[in-house]
Amino acid sequence: MLGESMLSVFLCFPLQNDDLRNLSLSGHVGFDSLPDQLVNKSTSQGFCFNILCVGETGIGKSTLMDTLFNTTFESEPATHNEPGVRLKARSYELQESNVRLKLTIVDTVGFGDQINKDDSYKPIVEYIDAQFEAYLQEELKIKRSLFNYHDTRIHACLYFIAPTGHSLKSLDLVTMKKLDSKVNIIPIIAKADTIAKNELHKFKSKIMSELVSNGVQIYQFPTDEETVAEINATMSVHLPFAVVGSTEEVKIGNKMAKARQYPWGVVQVENENHCDFVKLREMLIRVNMEDLREQTHTRHYELYRRCKLEEMGFKDTDPDSKPFSLQETYEAKRNEFLGELQKKEEEMRQMFVMRVKEKEAELKEAEKDLHEKFDLLKRTHQEEKKKVEDKKKELEEELSNFQKKKAAAQLLQSQAQQAGSQQTKKDKDKKNVRCAVEPKK
Amino acid sequence: MSDLVPEPRQKPVVPMKPVSINSNLLGYIGIDTIIEQMRKKTMKTGFDFNIMVVGQSGLGKSTLVNTLFKSQVSRKSSGWSREEKIPKTVEIKAIGHVIEEGGVKMKLTVIDTPGFGDQINNENCWEPIEKYINEQYEKFLKEEVNIARKKRIPDTRVHCCLYFISPTGHSLRPLDLEFMKHLSKVVNIIPVIAKADTMTLEEKIEFKQRVRKELEVNGIEFYPQKEFDEDLEDKTENDKIRQESMPFAVVGSDKEYQVNGKRVLGRKTPWGIIEVENLNHCEFALLRDFVIRTHLQDLKEVTHNIHYETYRAKRLNDNGGLPPMTVETEENHESNL
Repeated sequence: MLGESMLSVFLCFPLQNDDLRNLSLSGHVGFDSLPDQLVNKSTSQGFCFNILCVGETGIGKSTLMDTLFNTTFESEPATHNEPGVRLKARSYELQESNVRLKLTIVDTVGFGDQINKDDSYKPIVEYIDAQFEAYLQEELKIKRSLFNYHDTRIHACLYFIAPTGHSLKSLDLVTMKKLDSKVNIIPIIAKADTIAKNELHKFKSKIMSELVSNGVQIYQFPTDEETVAEINATMSVHLPFAVVGSTEEVKIGNKMAKARQYPWGVVQVENENHCDFVKLREMLIRVNMEDLREQTHTRHYELYRRCKLEEMGFKDTDPDSKPFSLQETYEAKRNEFLGELQKKEEEMRQMFVMRVKEKEAELKEAEKDLHEKFDLLKRTHQEEKKKVEDKKKELEEELSNFQKKKAAAQLLQSQAQQAGSQQTKKDKDKKNVRCAVEPKK
Repeated sequence: MSDLVPEPRQKPVVPMKPVSINSNLLGYIGIDTIIEQMRKKTMKTGFDFNIMVVGQSGLGKSTLVNTLFKSQVSRKSSGWSREEKIPKTVEIKAIGHVIEEGGVKMKLTVIDTPGFGDQINNENCWEPIEKYINEQYEKFLKEEVNIARKKRIPDTRVHCCLYFISPTGHSLRPLDLEFMKHLSKVVNIIPVIAKADTMTLEEKIEFKQRVRKELEVNGIEFYPQKEFDEDLEDKTENDKIRQESMPFAVVGSDKEYQVNGKRVLGRKTPWGIIEVENLNHCEFALLRDFVIRTHLQDLKEVTHNIHYETYRAKRLNDNGGLPPMTVETEENHESNL
């Protein structure tokens, strides 16, 4: 987004450079309007601010946001039976005088509700990293448009501590430790009207000492610039801010003020004796909003970018301490990659050829087998055929023999018959003659 | 194998369209303080501005820069001694200064180009200049591409190039056209008519018209470029400047004279004193306001967002590019920008 890119790019290295001449002006040149020119540009583009609220369900995150920004962000209270932590982000456009702010509020739904909270911090870390990743992707594009990029990186993380009055929960410590190198953490004690004033002081010191002893790096309000150093220093003493949120108004004196009404009294949100809400608003919005954005970009994002690029194998200097350019590294890696691709291709090709050969051999074997079988069969068949033919011949011989015999027998029989019939005929003839002769007598 | 293709890019979770809430009705939040916060931050770290002057010797480049910044920014070669030879090739001389005004610190670098257009054969005399400009882009790119980057990358890129046109009264010279044609694509060029006190009012108007026409005919886009006008307001404002005032006809001087009881910068001639900051005499004041008081930030931005990006894209394309993170990058390739 324009703001970040301008701050990180346009501002040069320290002006106390030896080879620069200090010149004195003999008249009004007019470049003192530069900050205005810069600011005007940013104003016309609008600003982005993204807040992440981490805290248990029901601890007052949505109410606090409503109170901080004097409005009601539409939302329904979350239930307690979410299976895991998920993040819900919503964007709003606010305008005050000529300043347009694109505010994104990210909520952790279901944080602290599960029985097993081991992985509770993971979705949060993943979300933050995803925003950095999106920005990094845009930055690494060849054709990019960073100046009108909608920045979704989290600028501030409000960590809501439950008002137990004792100390931090282990879930709090673990989560904050995971987040402190990725985002500006501002710890706050929620629902602070449940703690008495003397207990509150003890609670605050306990929390701060626990944070220090566990090495959790929370956001430090900047003290390097004179105009804000004083107010930041005084406010830092009151960390973590004990806040009370409320969107309801109660009549106090002759004014309506945001407050919570109890039977025993009224807790005024904007009364500094009652809670630190005003301090939080001052620090978060009216004094350090720009610094929060800058820290996110120059510290947290750069760290992410460095880790990510190193993870991908890029280095700034090679073993000989000669600076690598990202180009050269990329070229080298690309060639390496291409080389490996080629090698793999070769391997695959060779394997393919080998396989083909094997298959060919196999097929040849099978073919040979088949041929042999065929030959065998053929021979067998021929043999059988021969046998059968032999048998046939035998049979035919037998048959012909039999026929001959039959013919001979028949001939004999017919001859016999003929002889017989001739005899009969003779007999008949004789008889006939006898008859013929006989009757004369 | 090294994993050059990381996980697919996760879509950032911003589901709903921004809902517009006018918070003025409900009470003051304090969002508008961000302007003050931003202003404080930028004042603390200061600004830098790199301006290049190009033109033949004797056109008054150094004097003009001195007049613009009201100090001895360039050591002029007035009192030109014959021993000082004209350089054989175009040299690039960059001198840095720190000036402060109204709490605003500025690191001003003036880049002079002695030798431009002074030889007999001036072919390709813009090449060293183009090379210098590209070298600055390259330097910046190298820094930007580092793993461990500096918090503030030193910006040596040329934000503005004042090109001095000789006040012949006729038209642009071929050298002028060639130079501007080549360089208007890599840097913001502001053409300036030097030594405008040699022309009368009518001659000036005619000359400017002719120069504008010629620039248009040759397709030379000088700053403010038409295509980069952001909104209607910018467009109308810039149109007026483009079509009426530019190129600015200027006179430079660092000597003061007494005119009507006031001390003014001017040139004394037998026929009168030419007041540099008088709009009736010359357009120096317009140039100064344009470059410094209204468009200085814009000059830097156009350099950064457009010229530098163009250079970067071309460079990454030529060299095979940075690792393509998503398929989108490849689709965004532009072969010749």
